[in-house]
Amino acid sequence: MEKTQNNKAWFLVLPVLVLVAFSAVIPLMTVVNYAVNDTFGNNQFFWAGLEWFDEMVNSQRLHDALGRQILFSAIILAIEVPLGIYIALNMPKKGFWASVCLVLMALPLLIPFNVVGTIWQIFGRVDIGLLGHYLAKLGFDYNYVSDPVDAWITVIVMDVWHWTSLVALLCYAGLQSIPNAYYQAARVDQASRWAVFRYIELPKMAGVLLIAVLLRFMDSFMIYTEPFVVTGGGPGNSTTFLSIDLVKMAIGQFDLGPAAAFSIMYFLVILLVSWVFYTVMTNLDKEEGK
Amino acid sequence: MAQITLKNLAHSYHPTPKGEQDFALKEMDHVWQDGGAYALLGSSGCGKTTLLNIISGLLRPSQGRVLFGDRDVTDAETAERNIAQVFQFPVVYDTMTVRDNLAFPLRNRGKDAAYIARRVDQIARMIGMETILDRKARGLTADAKQKISLGRGMVREDVNAILFDEPLTVIDPHMKWELRTQLKQLHREFGHTMIYVTHDQTEALTFADKVVVMYDGRVVQMGTPEELFETPAHTFVGYFIGSPGMNLLPAEIRGSTAHLQGAAVPLGAAYGPISGRTQIGIRPEYAVLTEGDGLPIAIRRVEDVGRHRIVRGEVAGQMISVIAPEGMPVGSALTHVRFTPDRINVYADDWRVAPAEGAV
Repeated sequence: MEKTQNNKAWFLVLPVLVLVAFSAVIPLMTVVNYAVNDTFGNNQFFWAGLEWFDEMVNSQRLHDALGRQILFSAIILAIEVPLGIYIALNMPKKGFWASVCLVLMALPLLIPFNVVGTIWQIFGRVDIGLLGHYLAKLGFDYNYVSDPVDAWITVIVMDVWHWTSLVALLCYAGLQSIPNAYYQAARVDQASRWAVFRYIELPKMAGVLLIAVLLRFMDSFMIYTEPFVVTGGGPGNSTTFLSIDLVKMAIGQFDLGPAAAFSIMYFLVILLVSWVFYTVMTNLDKEEGK
Repeated sequence: MAQITLKNLAHSYHPTPKGEQDFALKEMDHVWQDGGAYALLGSSGCGKTTLLNIISGLLRPSQGRVLFGDRDVTDAETAERNIAQVFQFPVVYDTMTVRDNLAFPLRNRGKDAAYIARRVDQIARMIGMETILDRKARGLTADAKQKISLGRGMVREDVNAILFDEPLTVIDPHMKWELRTQLKQLHREFGHTMIYVTHDQTEALTFADKVVVMYDGRVVQMGTPEELFETPAHTFVGYFIGSPGMNLLPAEIRGSTAHLQGAAVPLGAAYGPISGRTQIGIRPEYAVLTEGDGLPIAIRRVEDVGRHRIVRGEVAGQMISVIAPEGMPVGSALTHVRFTPDRINVYADDWRVAPAEGAV
């Protein structure tokens, strides 16, 4: 019997292709289109080449926003990662209180971003906010609306409050997978608390910790909603991070060309960082399986 | 090094144990002589590991005291007790090299570098890993990792005891035999007290001078392999030690005769009145198939295990095993089984009953 050649099976991937085209490829191409053209509305486009990219690469405004963005991501990683590990190490391992802790830890993660922003926006207000009011009563000159440092502190504390749980929960999962015999062996070997952390807990957490760092880095690097709700990027431009700046440029000023060029570079940076993380992670896995 | 004494020891994992059934370890008194090689034998879940962890201080007993020599160490930390313990599954510090793994317990105790280097080399030779000392422990096979664990357990010379918790479970049979021989040799050389937990009787009998058999949270018998074989103190010991285990038959004991469903079996000694459920126990090695002498047996199956054959048959409604030596023909002419009288043990409610004193 002759085998019939039938390529109709390819049609089965069509739904996925259509979905991906509409959800990713076409929007991205639109952005690319804006990035290399100048437009004055009415669907009239004039070829601009790499002009917008050139402008953006040399834009002081973008440099400042990028600087603030990197500083922000660095600060929250420096706080959330050690704090998350510390919390995970001190959470009860089992029983009633373990469940209570897990639920409490998960709560901030379940709150919509703009609600988190609103909570802190009100919480920090000097006139009616619990935090702002009592800080003022205690004699602190705290006002996130007018003082850039206060605005930074508020945004950072908010992010730590919102996201440390994620790091803690991931680390907790990593810790839970360590068999009890390791801790017992460490006691027999008279290992110090630090040695237990350094040689048992940290190596076992390394995988999930890397994922936690990746997630936190990406999210913080793209952060928009929460600082936008709390400070709107102010006072001045002091909390204007990349996303906020991008939206200002695209929607506020309607500079679609530069904003599109900016978006593409932004996207490439995040892609690059994710790729680096991915490579490191797979290498770690390989070493593990050797 | 010291003698290890357990006094009125018991342990329960329940915070408020209500009765004996809540205790993983029933009340016991036990002495581990200094320098002895002990095997702790029993089926899974009988409390072996619990007992071991109490000795090493990983677990605090709910009642009773643990003494090292004259010193009460019940509340002492593991590190203070100066004990080495090897666990069932390999515990290695993945990010360290093999060398650092072996040196770890010594470094933590602040030994000087020259001594550590010498000692690590010695142990590495013993476990056959001297060529891969500088490799990272991560990625080694399970049995290589377990050898590192064993090495870490043996690297300290001044320990009070070395405890092994089924350490050879993950190791392949050939290496198992070799490592066990090395442990034995190590014991002869340095005279550490060693307690070796296992559920494998061959392992227990070849390693230890004294075998401690545990059953349901209790030590049911401690003795030499020979004692365990000849006079099991509990039916569990009879059944657990030996391959196949001891045959147990319900019987009524009157003087020096056991009555099984009408048939009489002569015993090697006379017994006084016994209360409780009585049984006689006879090892398959001491039962002989005959052409008419003894109890009638209906042979059901013959298994050839190489050196001898195991005959499975029915006596008085009970399946029993009989060992037929090599060369002896097993045929339909063999209709009866005879038990060697002085090898029969008598049990009441599962515990061995000693013959009445002065009786013949």
